[in-house]
Amino acid sequence: MADPEIKSYEPLHESQSAAVTESRPVKAALMAIALAFLAVFLLLPLIVVFHEALAKGIGAYTEALSSPDTRSAIRLTLLVAAISVPLNVIFGISAAWAIAKFEFKGKAFLTTLIDLPFSVSPVISGLVYVLLFGAQGLLGAWLKAHGIVILFAVPGIVLATIFVTFPFVARELIPLMQEQGNGDEEAALSLGASGWQVFWYVTLPNVKWGLLYGVLLCNARAMGEFGAVSVVSGHIRGLTNTMPLHVEILYNEYNAVGAFAVASLLAGLALVTLVLKTLLEMRYGAEIAATRGH
Amino acid sequence: MPAECDWQSHSGLNRRTIQNSMTTAPAKAGWRFRQPSVIPGFGLTLGFSLAYLTLIILIPLSGLVWRSAALGWADFWAIAVDRRTLNALKISFGTAFLAAAVNVAFGTVVAWVLVRYRFPGRRIADAMVDLPFALPTAVAGIALTTLYAPNGWIGQLLMPLGIKVAYTPLGIVIALVFIGLPFVVRTVQPIMEELDKEVEEAAATLGASRFQIITRVLFPGLAPAIITGFSLAFARGVGEYGSVIFIAGNLPFKSEIAPLLIVIRLEEYNYEAATAIAAIMLALSFLMLLVVNLVQTWSRKRYG
Repeated sequence: MADPEIKSYEPLHESQSAAVTESRPVKAALMAIALAFLAVFLLLPLIVVFHEALAKGIGAYTEALSSPDTRSAIRLTLLVAAISVPLNVIFGISAAWAIAKFEFKGKAFLTTLIDLPFSVSPVISGLVYVLLFGAQGLLGAWLKAHGIVILFAVPGIVLATIFVTFPFVARELIPLMQEQGNGDEEAALSLGASGWQVFWYVTLPNVKWGLLYGVLLCNARAMGEFGAVSVVSGHIRGLTNTMPLHVEILYNEYNAVGAFAVASLLAGLALVTLVLKTLLEMRYGAEIAATRGH
Repeated sequence: MPAECDWQSHSGLNRRTIQNSMTTAPAKAGWRFRQPSVIPGFGLTLGFSLAYLTLIILIPLSGLVWRSAALGWADFWAIAVDRRTLNALKISFGTAFLAAAVNVAFGTVVAWVLVRYRFPGRRIADAMVDLPFALPTAVAGIALTTLYAPNGWIGQLLMPLGIKVAYTPLGIVIALVFIGLPFVVRTVQPIMEELDKEVEEAAATLGASRFQIITRVLFPGLAPAIITGFSLAFARGVGEYGSVIFIAGNLPFKSEIAPLLIVIRLEEYNYEAATAIAAIMLALSFLMLLVVNLVQTWSRKRYG
């Protein structure tokens, strides 16, 4: 580390005085380390996905994507996200309303419980449903007697997806609505608005960008979830295979182009998510400020 | 007679509250489940939230606890000290610890560079940090495996050095570094942004070297955030499955992680073993979170 006296002779860089920043070589070294780390650990894996998907040309790529099993995996992933994301949105809004607008006993505990799924391994998230609904499960015999199929079918996949994406919307909305306070709602109520009117015309417009932010992250996880879904799906091709599970099957069959072609769609989804997320933070940063850095 | 208990009827309840507020015992009257508010919808939203939480999260999770309790202590212990279980737990917690440590070192540097330096492409680099949150774990898994396989772009560079990454525990660490990076960066970054420049300037005018400023002035303020980032990355790494199973090679006793062992036991219809391993993992994770909380309280007292 250089001596401060020597450093102070260096030219001042913009408004930063030399005493409170690193010397040029240290700065360059730190930047090189950080950028090299990001390039190796984040950029290269992303590039390799598209490189491998197109390794045998665009023809093989489109062919891999048009196989019936791949198509049904895409359909199932869209279906699962279309069910689980709206349910978690309704829960997120409802929980945020109760927690942010009211003071009640046990509120902190409830907030902790909502975050619980984040500290549970995805495999365990799937396992709990197997223990509940499986043949040896607590409800297994009853479900079988009534001809209800949950495990190794779409309902099980939806439930596992809801479990792992459970906190996303709520944890974006709760701090945001807490920060905004109740003033707007109270004003609307005093002017004669009904409860639903307050929600639709006052609260929802106030939190819409934060809500969209939460939906974006929730959706990305819902479409990409692997561990939990893998445990409950049963891996039946064309029936209970979501896109991430289909990637695994193709990869294990040494069908690299097929696996990476499906993976490239998921990577594309991740990139779109990142771009939209960054745009939201840039344009509406102030309106979703409470949610940043979480 | 029980029917006379006044909490059973609304009028009785009102009478008692009025009595309390009119006469004495402010403490008793002061206890309310919730503070009064003009805003409607408390019952509806709290009721729905609790019902949904109970159905989706609490009942299934307590099912796991119930099933492992039903095992009996002897059976549970036999599964817990099984050599394969112990090895899987050791590998999961060991690799997650290493990966979180790597992420603390590099993640802090990345956060520092993103917060303090201005360079072209900074916004893109900043946005890229969230990639592991957005990229499905299975995609990360096959991409990293392809990169680090002996004939992969990085693997073939490491091969002459005698370093094998894919299909070894080192591969697990690589996957967990990928998964955990944003946890460290996104926890440390906002705290770095709020660091007060004047404190650094004061330290500099008092003759501190840049190195002293970083270690004595800046680091103590960042320590709690770094510990939080470490614990988040560690917790996520312990439970991670999708990205690891492709790169790990999954050799029992060598590179088999605990979540994979749960899946294997499930596929053998050995629900007891799967349940027991899951319960041990949950217990260890919660224990770890507790320790981290204690360390954090200590570091706030020490440095805060």
